[in-house]
Amino acid sequence: MPRILREPDRTGHFGPYGGVFVPETLMAPLEELDRVFRAAWRDAAFRRELGAALRDYVGRPTPLYLAERLTRELGGPRIYLKREDLCHTGAHKINNALGQVLLARRMGKKRVIAETGAGQHGVATATMAAKFGLECVVYMGRVDMERQALNVTRMRMLGAAVVPVTAGQETLKEAISEAMRDWVTNVRTTHYVLGTAFGAHPYPLMVREFQSVIGREARAQILRREKRLPDLLVACVGGGSNAIGLFHAFVGDPGVRLVGVEAGGLGIRPGRHAARFAGGRLGVLQGARTLVLQDADGQIQDTHSVSAGLDYAAVGPEHVWLRDQGRARYEYVSDTEAVAGFDALARLEGILPALESSHAIAWLLREAPRMKKRDIVIANLSGRGDKDVQQLTEWKSRR
Amino acid sequence: MSERIDAVFRQLAKDGRKGFIAYITAGDPTVERTVEDVLRLAAAGTDLVELGVPFSDPLADGRVNVESAGRALKGGATLARVLDGVRAVRRRSGVPIVLYSYLNPLLARGFEATVRRIAAAGVDGVLILDMAVEEAPSFAPAMRAAGVAPILLVTPTSTAARMKRIAAEAAGFVYCVSRTGVTGARKDLSTDAGDVLARMRRATRLPLALGFGISTPGQAAAAAAAADAVVVGSALVDRLHGAGGDAKARAAVFAWVARMARAAHGAGA
Repeated sequence: MPRILREPDRTGHFGPYGGVFVPETLMAPLEELDRVFRAAWRDAAFRRELGAALRDYVGRPTPLYLAERLTRELGGPRIYLKREDLCHTGAHKINNALGQVLLARRMGKKRVIAETGAGQHGVATATMAAKFGLECVVYMGRVDMERQALNVTRMRMLGAAVVPVTAGQETLKEAISEAMRDWVTNVRTTHYVLGTAFGAHPYPLMVREFQSVIGREARAQILRREKRLPDLLVACVGGGSNAIGLFHAFVGDPGVRLVGVEAGGLGIRPGRHAARFAGGRLGVLQGARTLVLQDADGQIQDTHSVSAGLDYAAVGPEHVWLRDQGRARYEYVSDTEAVAGFDALARLEGILPALESSHAIAWLLREAPRMKKRDIVIANLSGRGDKDVQQLTEWKSRR
Repeated sequence: MSERIDAVFRQLAKDGRKGFIAYITAGDPTVERTVEDVLRLAAAGTDLVELGVPFSDPLADGRVNVESAGRALKGGATLARVLDGVRAVRRRSGVPIVLYSYLNPLLARGFEATVRRIAAAGVDGVLILDMAVEEAPSFAPAMRAAGVAPILLVTPTSTAARMKRIAAEAAGFVYCVSRTGVTGARKDLSTDAGDVLARMRRATRLPLALGFGISTPGQAAAAAAAADAVVVGSALVDRLHGAGGDAKARAAVFAWVARMARAAHGAGA
């Protein structure tokens, strides 16, 4: 296999993807962020500070847990779960929010803003802002505020202002646009804590680096436990930060297959899903050149997923690049399959996964029985499902 | 390239006047209405018209332009229909026209073919909101080759080095944004405006247009004093929407445009 290009160029291009597609007003702060991030990432003192907070505050390393009953039930490979759901605040999002809030402090910015879909990134940012005494504003689509009401309450309890976004489809995409408008306006005092490996450079690179702790730990843990690398990694993909965080440490190991699972929603028809690899075309949205769900005229299409965190029209650019190089593949599962994944993990392992993470579990329900028993799989359990209990109850009562 | 734009700025300089640029969203509420609007803007003294190509996710725009784009899309506006409108204008007017667009609608049917269609329709320049100058080498050459001027933005946060790069890619004029933030009217003109103009003057000999937030003849005159032209956008979009199809109300809007244009023109005297 040819060597996989793992690093973007200086302005964030992963091959033809990524880049900086933003209004000029945002270029000065993006350049500053790129400079500050690169310097911090090379700075041993910053890495020590980050490492200590990940250990003592976030609760890392998270366990790598052998899901024995799930493994037995499916009759296929040994399935390990990387327990990001056990991070403080209940999802991997805090790995990135912590890193970016530390950077905001280095830049002397006293105010942070964030977008959120499922609310986990908003909660993580509000949490870090509370811990470091920063003002925090979170933009959230009105529809998402309804379906993830628990997280809205949590953010407000943490002292953040949650601003409902009522444009368009009232979900994650509109929340990102609104956060960018705030950032353009308050750029001198404010850092935008983008929650996924998406947007303009340096975000896809920076978020990947902050999330890559997931894969570094998992790699060391599986080597200790099984004395060998896994055969396959699987993670859900919205913007793609939990997936790239798990994959990155393994990209150079050609024997480890990488699978991202998108939201197939109600089926691959316009407006009914969020499977960008199945229904998207190359385009530019919210800072990045990538696969985008759009119509023939370049207008962005509506999306649908039972999980707010995957309900987005574009995908992180590095994933498209990994696909092009034949290094990773991307599939989808439907809403119904995802809910079955949730139920399976709840009943077999006593774990309520987030509806996002349930997509990775659902893929295993479908594919694991066809895999070899001696294979080893790591699934990223990116978040816990408490936030989804209310919505799932309603979802089931409608059926 | 951009002969109509260059000719307008040459004439303004010769007359010792400042220019007046009007922005409207193409297709709000219909392309037919937009054609009429452009012709009436030109008749009211507008030197150059910017036509917004409606996009579903206009992240650099404020509420007025976001809602306007939404109405245009609902009315069925597409880039192809906007270009039909430009052709209709061209049958009756030589007023320079600049498209103001996000990148994705220009990419959807192939960028090079699209800019050729844009040029053939009679458009003089294209300003791409979300094309940072870093990405301009992938797009600006095709625009120049098709005979469409790449219009670029500079803002108060642009560094001297960036202004130099922008000057190297730009043609026609440079759009100077008077403040950080999205489009939309403001009570006071930002104090950033003078600074951004002065710094950009050192980077380019192209004419400088100043925009974002201008909504009164007084502001237009003040802005025009230091720039070569002023741009009025959201304030006009808002008024046109408010007037709807009412003939008297629309006449009042274009009378206001004429006052704005006179204020800008007079600032050079």
